[in-house]
This record gives sequence, structure tokens and C-alpha cells, in this order.
Amino acid sequence: MSVPLLSVRDLKVEFPTRRGRLRAIDGVSFDLAPGEVLGMVGESGAGKSLTGAAVIGLLEPPGRIAGGEIWLQGERIDVWTPKAMQKVRGKRIGMVFQDPLTSLNPLFTVGEQITETIMTHLPVSAREARDRAVALLEAVGIPAASKRLNAYPHQFSGGMRQRVVIALALCAEPELVIADEPTTALDVSVQAQIIDVLKELCRERGASVILITHDMGVIAEAADRVAVMYSGRIAEIGPVADVVKNPRHPYTTGLMGSIPALAGSVDRLVQIPGAMPRLDAIPEGCPFNPRCPHAFDKCREARPEPVQAGSAKVACWLPEALAERGAMATADAGGEA
Amino acid sequence: MSSMADEAAVMELETPQDGTPVVEVQGLSRVFDVSRPWLNRVLERDTRHYLRAVQDVSFSIARGETFALVGESGSGKSTVAKMVVGLLPPSAGDIRIDGHDMLGAQQADAMRSLRRRIQMIFQDPFASLNPRWRVGRIIAEPIRAFGLEEDGKAMERRVGELLSLVGLDPRDAKKFPHEFSGGQRQRICIARALASKPEFLVCDEPTSALDVSVQAQILNLMRDLQDEFGLTYLFISHDLAVVRHMASRIGVMYLGRLVEVAGSQELFASPRHPYTRMLLDAVPDLAMTGARRKKVEGEIPNPISPPSGCAFHPRCPLATERCRAEQPEALAANGALVRCHAVEEGRA
Repeated sequence: MSVPLLSVRDLKVEFPTRRGRLRAIDGVSFDLAPGEVLGMVGESGAGKSLTGAAVIGLLEPPGRIAGGEIWLQGERIDVWTPKAMQKVRGKRIGMVFQDPLTSLNPLFTVGEQITETIMTHLPVSAREARDRAVALLEAVGIPAASKRLNAYPHQFSGGMRQRVVIALALCAEPELVIADEPTTALDVSVQAQIIDVLKELCRERGASVILITHDMGVIAEAADRVAVMYSGRIAEIGPVADVVKNPRHPYTTGLMGSIPALAGSVDRLVQIPGAMPRLDAIPEGCPFNPRCPHAFDKCREARPEPVQAGSAKVACWLPEALAERGAMATADAGGEA
Repeated sequence: MSSMADEAAVMELETPQDGTPVVEVQGLSRVFDVSRPWLNRVLERDTRHYLRAVQDVSFSIARGETFALVGESGSGKSTVAKMVVGLLPPSAGDIRIDGHDMLGAQQADAMRSLRRRIQMIFQDPFASLNPRWRVGRIIAEPIRAFGLEEDGKAMERRVGELLSLVGLDPRDAKKFPHEFSGGQRQRICIARALASKPEFLVCDEPTSALDVSVQAQILNLMRDLQDEFGLTYLFISHDLAVVRHMASRIGVMYLGRLVEVAGSQELFASPRHPYTRMLLDAVPDLAMTGARRKKVEGEIPNPISPPSGCAFHPRCPLATERCRAEQPEALAANGALVRCHAVEEGRA
């Protein structure tokens, strides 16, 4: 693989509280190749949004990076000052948040917000910035873009607003876009449009994307690779098709089974008993062990690190999870025939 | 021979499944006045504005059946739910529960016994439980309100039973709602809804605030309870996959109208209305068949000024002059319904 655009090594994020430090992210590592779309999926509290916030340097105090390294194109950015990070945000890393209404300033027109961002980061004149803004709004699919430049955010619908936010994230031609639940607040028919816009524009411009979502369907549609997070750790990371079709980690298997499918109905959904542990009560060993149907002694004692298993990396002690799948797949096929 | 087939079709239309309809909704409509205040209207020469949230919606639900209403935001599905349970008076139409008119002038006690049999589960389990009350008191409230148990001991036992029924510990009655996770709170809401021994539950997006693995737990629980008590559900959701999993019949709403009603199998196998097809195309493909789906066009228009004719025509690939001018009538057959000129003319 070529030099990764983004490399996160053993990232740890902590929140100091009166009752001790809570570790919300515990040893997350991943690489992102140029132009790649990495999905991060997990349930609420799994740490997927925090990972995004840590990369872009927007952790809410008292949260802080307690360990690990973040490298952007060979530069270590987690040690940079907030002022230096400010230059990175918007310019080199664009961000799309969940709620398009709160990520736009209601007092300025959409055009003012986009041209301001362009002029802050790129050496262009006001006129050029305006032309670029129109081109961008057209690219994200806003009809009559040059007129809509003078409209305020409240004059747009939810889907159109999210298109504006995507235009805003892309306007300084960033190398990396972090999209945190970009379609969660939208209806399905609009969601499909927004995913298409995000995917196409980032491919055209060669930007890498970290797509954070709780919706496995969105990941399956848009991402190249996926990282499944659980209790602040990566349970499984690998190419989307492999993880979705042949999940190895018992959590991923349960997660996939618990999603009702459109094609072919089942009588009962797979249910994972219990809920994800709270940050102050993460169990010893593998954090998933109390809910795991296959847990054995080792799972309760030692924490598994992600190891290569086929095309994916899996953090699990079970030999089945790590086994070579080629042999198993043929055995299955033989059994069915 | 053919007359027998016709007869069978008519029978099927009247009773979509075996059993009598518990809920019958006829021509239900609701109009909201969204005008600006009187002074503004006078000064700015503005007229009154009305939002037709629900227009002429009719359906019936058989005993023990799950009927789902699905649609995007602003389609009026939650407004229908509120009217069916009596939280919102309709502007027009009839709601009959077990043959009793919900809206006509009635004796207070007859109404009361009817109300006991209908309960509702809300979307947000954080907002629908009183944070100052202990769980035991929350669940006991319907029992107390309807006078179902006399002494405190019996009530306490009943609350314990209900908690075990939804998979919680009877000792949880002593705790406050904030001590529970989202999924557990939704279980408490279900226990409260079951406390008055209802027959009909209206569930308004009961799992959309929950994570998928927890959603699976709640959906399984709701199905188990349905089997155990023979409950009838009106299930409101925007998630087609969830609806497919839960419902035996599905109604698709668009801008306040029911555009298609069909059995769950039929709707997903052969959707008839162009909007239903678009909605199915828009759902992310988890099976990863790689099939490039059709592009979804446009957004839901503003319900205050809906398009003329068929409200879906600006987004519809099959729209003609007639669709722009004329509101399509509902074509009902075999317990299914579709409201589309293209289907009527055989173009779809």
C-alpha cells in the first residue's frame, strides 16, 4: 500500500471525572488510503464520533487525547497547537455533521458562508470565490445555484441544507472529509441522494472520507472498508463486502443478524442480550465477553488485539473468528449441495 | 365460476384477514390552522393558511393483526396515530374501535372502558416517562386510573408481573427512569401500556430512537407479546425493513394520503404505486447485490401548498397531464388499495 493519507496509531481518549478517568477510546488504530472511504459503524457510545472529533482536533474539554498518534500525510498532527489545527480544519480536513441546521450560521446567507470559507483558506479574490461557490452548489445538486446563494439556511429544506454543508466541507479542496452521521436526520429518499452526492464528489476530487454512521446499510452502499467499533475499540475492520457478508467477530455477526432485512423475512431477529457496557464498567478482557455467546475463560482475562484474519483484522480470541475462511466456505457450500 | 371468484374477492375486501376488524377508520382527515396571528394577517393582508396533515384516510385492522403505516416525515402518519388513540380530534371522518364510535357523543363510562382497551407506545423513551416518578408508580398509573386493582399489595404484584413480562426485574420498580438505558426504558413504556390489559396498541416509531441490536430486542418482545395476548398493533415507522419484519399489511402514506395499501409480501414483491417503488429503491442495499438502483429525484413538497392533482406528480416518472390536474381515486381490490392514475390506466 502507498503511504496512507491518515494513520491513527493506538489512539486513546479520556475524560477525567470526579470518580476517576473514563477511557472512551482505547487503542484504536487504522490507516486510510488516499481516495478511500472508510465507514465507522457502531452503536451509540461506541466511540465512533469521538474518533472523528479526535482526528480533527475538536474533542470537547475535558475530553483529551491520552495516548497514541495521528499522522496526516506524514505529519504528526495530534501534537499541534490549537492554532495550527485551526489551519488544518476546513482546509485539509473538511467536516460534515449530523444536523445541517446547527452546522450553518442562521444569520448569514449560504453564499456568504461558503465564500468566507473559500477566502479564508485559498488565495482567491472575492469574485473568484463567488464563482467557485456557485460551481460547488451546482455540483452538490442545488437548482438555480446563483440565485440560492443569497438565501438563508432556513429557506432550504433538510436535504438541501445538508447539500450546502457538503459544499462547505469541500470548498477548500480538503484531502480528508469526516462525515459524522450525515444522513441520520434525513428521510430515506433524501438519504440516498446525499450519499450519492458525497460519494461522487469525493471521488472526483480524490478526497478520502471517514463516514461515521450507525446504519450498516449506508456503509454497505458507500464505503470501501468498514471499522466496527465496540466500547471504544475496533472489533473488526476490513473490506465492506467481506465484513457485511462474512462477519467474523461475534459482535459483528450479531449486529448484522439484528438488522431486519428487506429481502426475505425471518421469524425472529438475532438478538444480542444486554447492552453495551457503560464507560465506568467496561469488563476485563474482551469488552464484549458478557454478551458473547461463545465467550470462554481467555475472553474474560485477556484483551484481544486486532489480528489479520483473511482480508480483515479481528479483535477476538475465538479460533473460528480467525480461521482461514476459504476452507470453511467450501465446506459450507459442499454441505448445502 | 367467475361469480364465486368475485364473491371471494368481496369477502376478502371486507375482512382482510380471518377475524373481525377491531379498528375501522373511514375518511379520516385533519386540518391544522397554521395562519399567522390575527394582527399580522390584518397588517400584512395575509390570508389564513391551512395544512392538510391527513386527508381521507381509510383502513381497517383485523384482530391480532399488525397494520403498519409507513412514510417519510410530514406524511401524516403520526397524526393518524394520535387521532386513532383520541389524543387529537379529527376534522372529519369516523373511527370505530370494536364497533364503538370513538367520536360520537357517548356516556363517560363507556368511553372510559373503551380507552382502557387502547394504549400507545411513543417514540422517545426519554421523554415519555416522568423522571420524578419511580418505575413502579409509572407502571401502576393505568391500573390505578382505571381502578383495575383494589389494594396496594395486589397492585405491587401486578407491577412485578408486568416488569418480568417485558424482561426486567420486579425489583426495578423501586428505581427511577434515569437509571435505565434507552432499550430498558422502552420496555418500561411497553409494561405501562400493557398494564390496563389493552387489546389494541398504537406504536408510534417505537424503535427509531434505539440502536439496532436493542431494536431487535424490542421488536422480538413486541412480537412475543402479540402472540401471548393476541394484541392488535397499529405500527407507525419510517423504516421499511422494520415494517416488513413486523406487519402483515402495510399502508404507504404520502403528503397526508394513503397512496397504497397491500399485504406485506405483495407490497415488497410487487409495489404498484410509483412512490412505493421509489421508497423501496431508496433503501440502502445491505445484501450488496451491486445492482445500481434508480436515482431518487426530488423531495417531499411543502404540505401547506401541495402540488395540484396527484401530490406525487412532480417526482413521478409516469406523470401525465391528468396526474397534474386530477386527484386520483382509491382503487380497492382484494384488501389492497392504490391511488394512482398510471396504475388505473395500466401504464404502470
